[in-house]
Formats: sequence, structure tokens, C-alpha cells
Amino acid sequence: MLAPSYATPREKLFYFFFALFCGVVFLFLIGPILVIMPLSFSSEPWFTYPLPGLSLRWYIDFFTDERWRIALQNSGIVAVFATLIATGLGTLAALGLSRGNVPFAGLILSILISPMIVPVVIVAVAMFFGFAAVGLNNTYLGLILAHAILGTPFVVITVTATLTGFDRTLTRAAASLGASPWTAFRTITLPLIAPGVTSGALFAFVTSWDEVVVALFLASPDQRTLPRQMFSGIREQISPTITAAATLLVIFAALLMLTLELLRRRSERLRGTGA
Amino acid sequence: MAVTALEGDAGPDVDRTSLKTKLRRAERVNRVRSFSLVAPLLLFVLAVFALPIGLMLVRSVENTEVRETMPRTIAALDGWDGQATPGEDVFAAFAEDLVQTQKERTTALVGKRINYEVPGARSRFLKAGRLIDAGGGGPWGEKFIASDPEWGSVEFWAIMKRAGNTLTPYYLLTSLDLRQDAEGAISRNAPDQSIFIDIFIRTIWISLLVTLATLVLGYPVAHLLAILPPARANVLMILVLLPFTTSILVRTTAWIVLLQSNGVLNDILLALNLTTERVQLIFNRFGTVLAMTHIQLPFTILPIYSVMKSIPASHLRAARSLGAGPLTAFVSVYMPQTLPGVGAGCLLTFILSLGYYITPALVGGPQDQMVSYFVALYTNREMNWGQASALGAILLLITLALYALFNRVVGIDKVKLG
Repeated sequence: MLAPSYATPREKLFYFFFALFCGVVFLFLIGPILVIMPLSFSSEPWFTYPLPGLSLRWYIDFFTDERWRIALQNSGIVAVFATLIATGLGTLAALGLSRGNVPFAGLILSILISPMIVPVVIVAVAMFFGFAAVGLNNTYLGLILAHAILGTPFVVITVTATLTGFDRTLTRAAASLGASPWTAFRTITLPLIAPGVTSGALFAFVTSWDEVVVALFLASPDQRTLPRQMFSGIREQISPTITAAATLLVIFAALLMLTLELLRRRSERLRGTGA
Repeated sequence: MAVTALEGDAGPDVDRTSLKTKLRRAERVNRVRSFSLVAPLLLFVLAVFALPIGLMLVRSVENTEVRETMPRTIAALDGWDGQATPGEDVFAAFAEDLVQTQKERTTALVGKRINYEVPGARSRFLKAGRLIDAGGGGPWGEKFIASDPEWGSVEFWAIMKRAGNTLTPYYLLTSLDLRQDAEGAISRNAPDQSIFIDIFIRTIWISLLVTLATLVLGYPVAHLLAILPPARANVLMILVLLPFTTSILVRTTAWIVLLQSNGVLNDILLALNLTTERVQLIFNRFGTVLAMTHIQLPFTILPIYSVMKSIPASHLRAARSLGAGPLTAFVSVYMPQTLPGVGAGCLLTFILSLGYYITPALVGGPQDQMVSYFVALYTNREMNWGQASALGAILLLITLALYALFNRVVGIDKVKLG
């Protein structure tokens, strides 16, 4: 089915092995994630198949244990505020850059994207020193600002990508019909770039939600986030509660991916490209 | 366009210039407006991200401990020629400084700083502190040298004098396994103290292995996704994107569960009689590269896929119809066109791999820890912040150089997500 209709038998054999190889790679990609999920329903605290029995005890543990509950709450608080800051500032910057008349736009874009490229330990250590000087270590605000920085490149990238297909005559038409810049932005631009803004926001959210290194350096136990709680759990002894947390995070990721895909389709439909 | 049209007008010169000026002013206002949209984020990134990193770079050459805690000694050493053991004036100043550091409990701090360059100095400083606490008076030179002949060493005082400078190349040199002797000559560190070059080479080597592995595994998959009909490709794409959006910590946990000696993979190997005893798959290089490859694979696949998607299928058909064999057609017509994607994907994976910390820390052994691990170690455990900053500075330099290359070859504005 993969081979073109003019393929020779030898080529068909080759395509068979090609498909087989790809199958193995797909298994490699998805296997580990699928293996960990059933273990969270095991009735015993060891990681073997077949499962000795089924139970929800690790989920009950996850939702009742004070430490996990606080970690979940902290992750939520930090991620929401970091996302708001990253999305707001990132969208504005992408709008400005896309107008095409900002001096040194290339350099500015490289600086804005660099938090994605610089090794996260360097970010964490630098902020650990820098924030200590202004008393931001061990505060929610410090962690929120740090996570916002890490999330902005994603917003800038996705919104910029949406804006490259944006038809500028639409806003010009609005202006010629008497709309103020703000009205034109609110009623014309924003609805059209909304899918890009939302997917940027989702990436920013997930960046904060998954981030562990900066949290290790900047947060006190009071601000311990979900990944940090998982990290210390893995370090000591992998308890099945971690697999329960992991499973919930995988489901969360799947929902996120689904949303992103729907947004991508919507964006394509709005721009009249895509299928 | 607008300007040329205006110049074609028959209007008087004055009007033309004023129109030009007006136009220029309007453009300037527009530019300022655009920039004011970018400015908040730019300022935010500069203040919260670039500034701390800049301060970290300064910290890698900053050297204020000795100057701040022992100002009299440093001042007295200014007049010392470095030929013989310093005179009583230096020792008296040193004793005075020690009285102060004992009071402020900073003797150990200076001792620790000198200890980096003179092994054993920390305990000697603490001993000298106790000598001061015992009371009494000079001559201090004889007293110190009587307690420990090393206080008479010319080399020690030369290093002490140098440690009084506000800037030091010490941390950066150490990060490259180099040392500077008392005379200032630079030489290689003793082999038993040379660890950092090895760590940098290891970091680059692991990143190369991961990049190569993702390319070998990812290239065929990207090709498959590009040639399948969209409906089926979209389904398979989920298998690439789900790991992509799943937390790195979750995926690392999954690999620990899979690879540990009583883990799932060993169970399978035993059940299939492929091995007779449990194999060590984790806390070694194999586990590290495997888990990192898994995490980076989507980063390599997606750019290659998006380039392959833009290559018309007719190219391959044309090559075949002109008599090229399947392999020739693929290698000489298709592959060269995929190179931009391969470059983007591999460079991105290589750059991101250089900064790995969590995954090697959790699934690697002591011999698999990369530079980031040591930056964290020197910050948290050793409290040697100069060394942490210097290692970070070099890692940052390598990363930024590759980022600049990426920018030139691929263009950061071409990066897409999902």
C-alpha cells in the first residue's frame, strides 16, 4: 500500500521492512507511556506484569495525601499566572514584530526566543542568584515570573506563525470604515489570531506545569510543585502514587494535544488554507 | 510606492518636501507604535532573564571574598616584591584582619577561597584563627611560621596577593582543566584534578549519540508520515505528538519502570529466554541515551516531516521515469531536498541535548552526568558559585554559538510547533 504502483517485488519487500521499522519506532515512542499507565491501577506496590490485582488505592493516595494535594494546587496557581503573563506579553510582542517595521527585529526575536534554547539549569542558577538579591527566592511571584519567561517563546512562535497568514487589508478596511485601532484589533485581528494565541497559551501552561529544574532552585517546600514532588519521589523510592500522578498527566497531555489539533484545524479553516 | 507617486506630481517643491516629511513622520510614529508593542516583553525578558544570566557571567570572574574580608593584608601585600617571605608589616596586617574575620566568622570563607588554589589552606586559616583567639601580640611573622612553616612560603603569599584582585580567571581556567601558578604562567592541571574537559567531551558525545539516534529512527518515520494519505498520517501523528506533550518527568519515570533490573523489559527478556539473568539497563550510558532519544525524537521528526511534506511526489516519479533505480532516485533526488529539515531537526536536538539535567540525573550513572549536573552540584552542594557560574558560562557560550548557527542556517522565525 505504501509502495508506488510501479514498484518491483524487491521494492515491495523493501517497503515492507520500511513499514516494519516505522512500526517499531512508533512502539518505542508510545510504549513507555502505555506501560506506565496500567501499573497505576495495581493493587500491590511493585512494578510487574501481570498485575497482581486491580485497585484505585494509588489514586486515593494521590488525592488525599496532603503533600500531593498542595503540590497540585501550587502547580495550578503558578501555571495559571505564568500563562497569563506569557500570553499577554508574548501576543503583544508578536503583533508588534509582525508589523514589519521594528528596528533590529531579527535580533529582538532571537532574544525573545532564547529562553527556549538556553539550558534550563543556567536559567535556574542565574535566577537563583539574581532573585536572591531582590528577595524573590522562595516566593510564588519569583516562580511565576521565571515560568512566564520560559513560556513566552512558545507564545511568540505560535502567534507569529498565525500572523504570517494574516491578511492586513482586513484591519485597513476596518480603519477606513472608521474603527479605532483598538476596535479593529478587538473585532477583526483578535478573533482571527485567537487559535494561535490559545495554542501558545497551552504551550506556556504546559511548560510551567512540567517544569522541574527552576522549581528545584527557586521554590521552598511551601511552593513545591507537582513535578518537583514527583522528582523527589523518584529520587527516593518510586511509589506507585507517582505512576498514578504520571497517568493523570498523560491524560492531561492527551487532552491538550486534542485541543491543539482542533485549534490548528480551526485556524486553517479561518484562513481558508488547509483541507 | 507612495513616494514615487508624489514625486511625479507637478506640485511645488515646498509641498513635496513637506509631504515627504509628513510621510516620514507618520512612518516613524508607526515604528514607535510597533516597538511599543514589543517593548514590554523585551524589557521583561531583559530584566528577569538576560540580566540574571549576565550577572552569572560576571560571577564567573568575580573575586571579592579576599579583598572584602582581608583588606589590610591585601593593602600590605601591594608593597611586597614577591622575592622572599613578606615582612612583619604583612603579617601584622594579616593578624589584624584575622581578628576581624574571627569576629565576623568569615575566616573559613577566605580559607575556602584560598583552598581552591592551595590545597590545605582552609585548615591552616582556621588554625591561624585559633592562634589569634589565644591572644598575645607580635611579632606575628615568627608566630605564624612557628605554628606552620607554610606561612613562610613565597608561593602562598603570591597566590594570596593575586586572590586580592577583584577579577580572577581562576574559575574559567579550572573549567578548562588549566591552572595558573604563582608566577602567572598557565599550564594543564594535574591529571587527577582534570575532570571538566572530560565532562564537556562527555556532554557533547552524549548529545551527538542522541542526535544520531533520533535521525536514524526519525527520518524513516518522517518519510512515512509525509507519504501516507492525510487521514492515516494524522492518526500516526498522534503517536509522535502524545509523547511530545507528555511531561519529561513522566517519560523519564516510565523509562525507570521499564529499565530497572526487576522492571518490565528485563521480565520480557527473561520470558523470551534471551538472557539467563537480569541485565543492567539503567544507571548507565545505555539508559541515558535511550531515554534522551525518546524525549528528543519528536523534536527531530517534526522539522524533517514539515520539509518532506513540501516535496512534491512527482519528483520521485519523474526520476524513476527517467530511468533512475529506486535507490538512486531516493538518494539523488529526494534526500538532498530534505537536508534543510534534517539540519533544523538535528541542530535543535543537539542544542537541547547539551542542556539535559533531569534525565541523566535520574536514569544515568555517575559517569553519565552532563555539564548541567555539575552546574547544579557546584551551586547546591559545593557552594562554589564561581565554579558553577564558570561552567555555566562555557556551556552557555557553546549553546549560543550553535543557536547563532541555527539562526543563520534555518532561521528562528521558521520554527513551528506541532
